[in-house]
Amino acid sequence: MPDSAAQGRSLLPDDQTFAASLTRRNRRARIWTLFFRLSLAVAMAALLLLLVNIINDVFGEVAISNIHTEEEVCGGPCSERDSSELATVLGRYEPRRLRVIVRDQLSVVDPAVFTQMAASQALRPDTTFPAGSEMLTINEMTNEQVVALLGANVPQSVMVEYVLADVVGYAILRSWPLFTTLFHYETIESEFRQLVAERNPPNPRLEFRSWLSWHFVTNPQSSYPATAGVRTAILGTIWIMSLTMLIAVPLGIAAAIYLEEYASGRSRLEQLIVTNIRNLAGVPSVIYGLLGLAVFVRALEYFTSGAFIGLTDSNGRTIISASCTLALLILPVIIIASQEAIRAVPQSLRDASYGLGATKWQTTRRVVLPAALPGIMTGIILSLSRAIGESAPLIVVGAASVIWVDPTGIFSKFTVLPIQIFQWTMRPQNEFRHLAAAAIIVLLSMLVVMNSVAIYLRQRLRVRF
Amino acid sequence: MNSQNGQYAVEIRDTSVFYGPRKAVNHVSIPINRNRITAFIGPSGCGKSTVLRTINRMNDLIPGARIEGEVCFRGQNIYGPDIDPVEIRRRIGMVFQRPNPFPKSIYENLAYGPRVLGIRDRRLLDQIVEQSLRQAALWDEVKDDLKKSGLTLSGGQQQRLCIARALAVEPEVILMDEPCSALDPIATQYIEILMKKLVEDYSIVIVTHNMQQAMRVSDYTAFFTTDESRIGELVEFDRTEKVFSSPADQRTADYIAGRFG
Repeated sequence: MPDSAAQGRSLLPDDQTFAASLTRRNRRARIWTLFFRLSLAVAMAALLLLLVNIINDVFGEVAISNIHTEEEVCGGPCSERDSSELATVLGRYEPRRLRVIVRDQLSVVDPAVFTQMAASQALRPDTTFPAGSEMLTINEMTNEQVVALLGANVPQSVMVEYVLADVVGYAILRSWPLFTTLFHYETIESEFRQLVAERNPPNPRLEFRSWLSWHFVTNPQSSYPATAGVRTAILGTIWIMSLTMLIAVPLGIAAAIYLEEYASGRSRLEQLIVTNIRNLAGVPSVIYGLLGLAVFVRALEYFTSGAFIGLTDSNGRTIISASCTLALLILPVIIIASQEAIRAVPQSLRDASYGLGATKWQTTRRVVLPAALPGIMTGIILSLSRAIGESAPLIVVGAASVIWVDPTGIFSKFTVLPIQIFQWTMRPQNEFRHLAAAAIIVLLSMLVVMNSVAIYLRQRLRVRF
Repeated sequence: MNSQNGQYAVEIRDTSVFYGPRKAVNHVSIPINRNRITAFIGPSGCGKSTVLRTINRMNDLIPGARIEGEVCFRGQNIYGPDIDPVEIRRRIGMVFQRPNPFPKSIYENLAYGPRVLGIRDRRLLDQIVEQSLRQAALWDEVKDDLKKSGLTLSGGQQQRLCIARALAVEPEVILMDEPCSALDPIATQYIEILMKKLVEDYSIVIVTHNMQQAMRVSDYTAFFTTDESRIGELVEFDRTEKVFSSPADQRTADYIAGRFG
């Protein structure tokens, strides 16, 4: 512009150029903002899609039928038969269930020794025994004797329930996802008619089913999709996560305190260690599984199987092995996050503490750690979220894919939710896909609960400190 | 009071400080008079804070820092072989440039010092908290809010909280490293009034960039500057009136006249 040109001083562009460039700069800013919004939208859309996909499988119409009709089994309504007739029915259709019912209804001893004791000792003292069976163990009795035992001792109302559940039963013939149920019900109806025509199952009907239910959470694993649940896997996950946390959190924080507060940070060895911790955080989890297999399952089997305290019925594939493996897996993440959190505590706070005559440990314990705790908690949350969803290392360490007994301690065999999900998705039947989806919801809920507790704790610590 | 140093609370004798291979301060000797305020003044980088931090061994916390010479406190060299710096820092308290209350309640800030010394008795702690806050002229402002975080106070109140916190462990000497540089004039005035009151019971050393402040509050003044090789040295130490009215050294005269610094 004339005046600045006249002065011959300004080295910057004239006002017009400036105005033009300002427009350009603003436009560029708008484009970037748009890009940021788009990124967020893509992320949210992906999350939504995932949820919709899972929900689609969790609910939906199912075609169910009984396995046998009451007419066929009892020659009329089963509730009109007496105990011994019902016991005979059970003996005919489900002979394998007979002894289980005896155990559940009549036994007074521990299930572990039930099969080894004479019936007169194992069963309730008021039991009426069929001739000659008192001194036999349950496995030595013939089926006829067991049927007679049940018929004579178990109330009719209880026997009716067993017959209805175990013999009449019900089976899922076919299942449809929520989307089809809501929008293509005519497809379901025509497929159902076709199904009934082809197989002629007893008492067929359509029902809306939520695969996620209280029964699903509390039932143990089963090969029948109608009754399968995830209790064993939930308990396994709770056991393993608790133990993993118990191992990894103190170790991780301790290592971080040493590296940040005590190590000089200048020696070659320390730098090497720090670099390697960072690299370890990126090692694929299956490699930790191999490490866990070699070290905890094999080399330390004497300890991880519980043999050193006299347990004989397990090998090294136990909860403690799995927890140690997962603890190693998340240790680097906890160390790194804790280091960052400790480093972020201002030096001025340390100076203030030292200036009052506090020792190094007092300063670390009373000033640095409390101030760093919210950051450390964030690291713990992230790492536990990772650990709860891991399946690869646990498969290598030897999670059981089918397990019927709940874990009872750190030397129990185990399975966890991700493995249960993985195993169900591998099944060809449609029904197991629904079960897997329901288990995913359970896993996500556990994750949300766990993180909520941790975030709540973090907020409280923040307020207090 | 222990009188092995006579009228001096602390005596810095021929002390040099090194950071790694670099010499930061060269052969400084200053007596710190008992129940007096001694001010350290000088341009940036002249080593006045460094000398201040040698008095309670805070320099030990800086990796690579090293001291030659001696600092006498209670008749002993605090850099002697069997002296625990933790004990020294309790006897010689410190107030820092920026207010640095712990992110805890006001009460916990005050109780921190006595607690690390091992005092558990709740009643005794209550007494110490109240007495320290009264000494720091903060009691009336915060007595109803002892549970509130120290960080909710204003900057000037925070600095007085830090002074109260230092008083709670009953030091003999209080070191103040530019305590008012982050405060407004009113808050500065409060602190200065407080210092004049505290000096009846304590010996105070203050580092300041503000020559008027040195003139207003101090009884003795030490003027530091740097030579061409950026090594700090003590130019002049004398009574404050003497340093400001008839400085012995030309560099002092130039500095207080505002010709450099």
